[in-house]
Amino acid sequence: MNLFLLLLIPVLTAAGIFMFPTRQAGRVALAGTGIQVLLSMVLLGLYIQARNTGDTSAFIFQSRIAWFPAFNIEFYTGIDGISLVMILLTAAVVFSSVLVSWKIETMRKEFFILLVLLSASAYGFFISLDLFLMFFFLELAVIPKYLLIGIWGSGNKIYSANKLVLMLMAASALVLVGLLGMYYNSGGGTNSFDMLRIAQSPLPVFIQKVFFPFLFLGFGIFTAIFPFHTWVPDGHSSAPTAASMFLAGISMKLGGYGCLRMAVYLMPDAAREYSWLIVLLSTIAIIYGAFATLMQTDLKYINAYSSVSHCGFVLLGIGMLTPSGISGAVIQMVSHGLMTALFFAAIGMMYQRTHTRQVAGLGGLLKVMPFIVTTFYIAGLCSLGLPGLSGFVAEMQVFVGSWEHPGIYYRIATVLACMSIVVTAVYILRALGQSMLGPFGRSSFSTLEDASWNEKLAAIVLIAGILLIGLAPFWIRSLTDPGTNGIMEQLNRIAALN
Amino acid sequence: MIEYLQLMKHELALTLLVVFLLLGKIGGWFTANDRLVSLVNLLLLINFVAGFFGNETGRLFGGWFVNDPLATLEKNILNLGILLISLFSEDWLKKHRHVPEFYLLLFSTLLGMFFMISSGHFLMFYLGLELSTIPLAALSNFDLEKRQSGEAAVKMILSSAFASAILLFGISLIYGAFGTLDYDRVHSMMLGGSLEVFAFLFFIAGFAFKLSAVPFHLWTADVYEGSPVAVTAFISVISKGAMVFVFSTLLYYVFSGRGEIWYPVLIVLSILTISVGNLFALRQDNLKRFLAFSSISQIGYILIGIAGGTIQGTASSVYFIAVYLFSNLAAFGVISVVSSKTGRESVSGYRGLYKTNPGLGWILALALFSLGGIPPTAGFFGKLFLLTAGAARGNYVVITFAALNLVVSLYYYLRVIRSVFMDDQEAPVQSLKSGVFFKIAMFICVAGILLTGFATGFYEYIYQMSIGK
Repeated sequence: MNLFLLLLIPVLTAAGIFMFPTRQAGRVALAGTGIQVLLSMVLLGLYIQARNTGDTSAFIFQSRIAWFPAFNIEFYTGIDGISLVMILLTAAVVFSSVLVSWKIETMRKEFFILLVLLSASAYGFFISLDLFLMFFFLELAVIPKYLLIGIWGSGNKIYSANKLVLMLMAASALVLVGLLGMYYNSGGGTNSFDMLRIAQSPLPVFIQKVFFPFLFLGFGIFTAIFPFHTWVPDGHSSAPTAASMFLAGISMKLGGYGCLRMAVYLMPDAAREYSWLIVLLSTIAIIYGAFATLMQTDLKYINAYSSVSHCGFVLLGIGMLTPSGISGAVIQMVSHGLMTALFFAAIGMMYQRTHTRQVAGLGGLLKVMPFIVTTFYIAGLCSLGLPGLSGFVAEMQVFVGSWEHPGIYYRIATVLACMSIVVTAVYILRALGQSMLGPFGRSSFSTLEDASWNEKLAAIVLIAGILLIGLAPFWIRSLTDPGTNGIMEQLNRIAALN
Repeated sequence: MIEYLQLMKHELALTLLVVFLLLGKIGGWFTANDRLVSLVNLLLLINFVAGFFGNETGRLFGGWFVNDPLATLEKNILNLGILLISLFSEDWLKKHRHVPEFYLLLFSTLLGMFFMISSGHFLMFYLGLELSTIPLAALSNFDLEKRQSGEAAVKMILSSAFASAILLFGISLIYGAFGTLDYDRVHSMMLGGSLEVFAFLFFIAGFAFKLSAVPFHLWTADVYEGSPVAVTAFISVISKGAMVFVFSTLLYYVFSGRGEIWYPVLIVLSILTISVGNLFALRQDNLKRFLAFSSISQIGYILIGIAGGTIQGTASSVYFIAVYLFSNLAAFGVISVVSSKTGRESVSGYRGLYKTNPGLGWILALALFSLGGIPPTAGFFGKLFLLTAGAARGNYVVITFAALNLVVSLYYYLRVIRSVFMDDQEAPVQSLKSGVFFKIAMFICVAGILLTGFATGFYEYIYQMSIGK
């Protein structure tokens, strides 16, 4: 299949929203993102078919178009299992974020156009095999993010929008330096941004050691690496629901994916060299994030800080450099993407009705809105790792993977990270109990209505994903394993060379 | 004879325009401003389109005048710029009493720049430089009733004269060192004596003045603020652009053997220029001053690209100027229409602009994002190519510095965007009606901002032209 379709559909959708009258904007956006969901399903089918017919190349559906020949830059795309599950995740999250924004009124057209364009940047990022192209899509999200938070956000929105965009821009600047470092030292004289070519002829170890921190820190900031996680709570809480869903669900995953693809895959020696540091920072993020969540009283802040903690698991899994660890990191990215999007969606639905997000101000909602509260519970239980839901599978996989690393230092880190689960259970259960059960926080709550069709559909799409991974984890493993094996081969080959 | 016509086509066309305007002014042919502006716009369009056909490569006047594909391309870019400025200033021009004089001066200075670009000899270069500078000072004073405009003109002429004197001193030292001012011969006689270094330093200082690189930038903000918007746009885009074109030609050709001298100089200049430009831009409220400082920091990025010293250095700086032309002129276009209708030029005056003028709001936002280097605008590619070209020497510390400075610059561009999109005020700019020429100009600018990046052919074309240089 031609992967350009994945980019073409969002662009056409945006154009469609622009052309149709304002009141049709939601429908056009829904149709467009719905088609995108179907398309990614078709892609999944074709991918499995291709694998079954014996296509063992690392990336399939590859296409190359010369883009800037003077710099050896190509519009080079292709997918493997890891990118495929990220594409599926993006399609699901964007589809449901359109659904939960159904009632948006101010500048409706602009809102949906920006949201759809934001999704295009994620699709582009996941299908790129050229580093320059990847960077282009990484940066493409800046304009929609800033405007979405700044215009439709709530609270201290301008401050948050600035903080988020500027910190991520600084992260991109670091990534850029890392890219240029690779570009000028790749492939014996022919400067290239081609990911596969760089992977085939390894970079000099010295160069790897110099530029790995740039790339890893840069992408790490996207994944809320400690101590650069501060954009997450502010940004996610001020953003409108759909943007929060996208930011926490997809945008943070760009960082994990980038760490894996660019930093670890292309600079395996340096990854081994620095793995202690990655493990250290991610363990701090996991524990610090969990404890910081305990102190939060606003539901959005609770979810934002717990995202810091959960994304720490992604980096922990990557930093261990073991096969199970890396595959756990990938599953954790997908699981967290679905779970956090669901959480934000539920918060958004509730906030729309009660106009408060303070845990203390809520209470008794289960009586009037059972559907929304159930959604909440599923998201919360997934977050604390209840078996049967995706969070359990992902975290378990990460822990198994990190235990595989025999070093005593890494064992201690694993144990510490494991213990954060208890803290997670505390804050999740406390928040859910206080806000959903018991007597009504305000008497006016008794007249509130439960979810409407669009909100139900949005939640069901995400819950389906969570259950699918939670109950049948083997299918996602079978998709991502060839990808993780490729990364492991790279790591082992280099280890053997030295 | 035919040879002269072909090689000097751009210059001759402009000369014809100048003569026509001069005669018309004396003969009193122009009675209505409206018709004159339309006529000149038409002529400029013809001039721009004709610039692409029948170009030849060659030398005239014993090597004083050189035309090659890259020079032709550069002249075409400048022609487009002047067309855009003329188009978007229609509103201001139609109200002005001295339109023929305005065009007359504008074309004379452009003519000087063309001669500079095509120079093969330092004297030719100097003549072109003076021809381009002196009318520019007069143009700065074209808001005749504003005192600030007069101040701008005085600052412009004094600082230009100073810069010219330094340049001239550098040129005379070059003559002292080599006994000739011919580019080819100077190039072949470079040996690395201390007199050459000395000459080069003076020469580069004069250039830094014209480019408004720090620490020679002090005139910029006042001149930008005082001049009419059309002239500010001209100075910041066309005049800077022409200087960058000439600068890269001179460095890469005449001084090509002396990289070890000019490389550190350029790096120091660029670091200073980027940081000072960025820091001062942070706090400006007047949009013209704001763009003045932001354009200073852009020059810093161009210097980094040029410092790379490869063909990509030339190509990426020419490409960046083209992109910068579209972006900056789009921003100035919006400022010009708002300023001429309401007199507002401050960031706070633009609050809530999006609600009343969504079109203008988007154009300004696109232009600023492009200046800030955010995709999908062409500015992203421009900045990235400059940094990529600059990294060719492995100076990653400088590249990191420049890349992180993009964050600072994004901050102040976002300030304006926030004002336009997110802030409210009691009396926002009313819904403005703009003329057809303005719309055409903005359409071209927006198309340029969106397409010159994606469309791969444009950079490749510039790159091919640069190889021949």
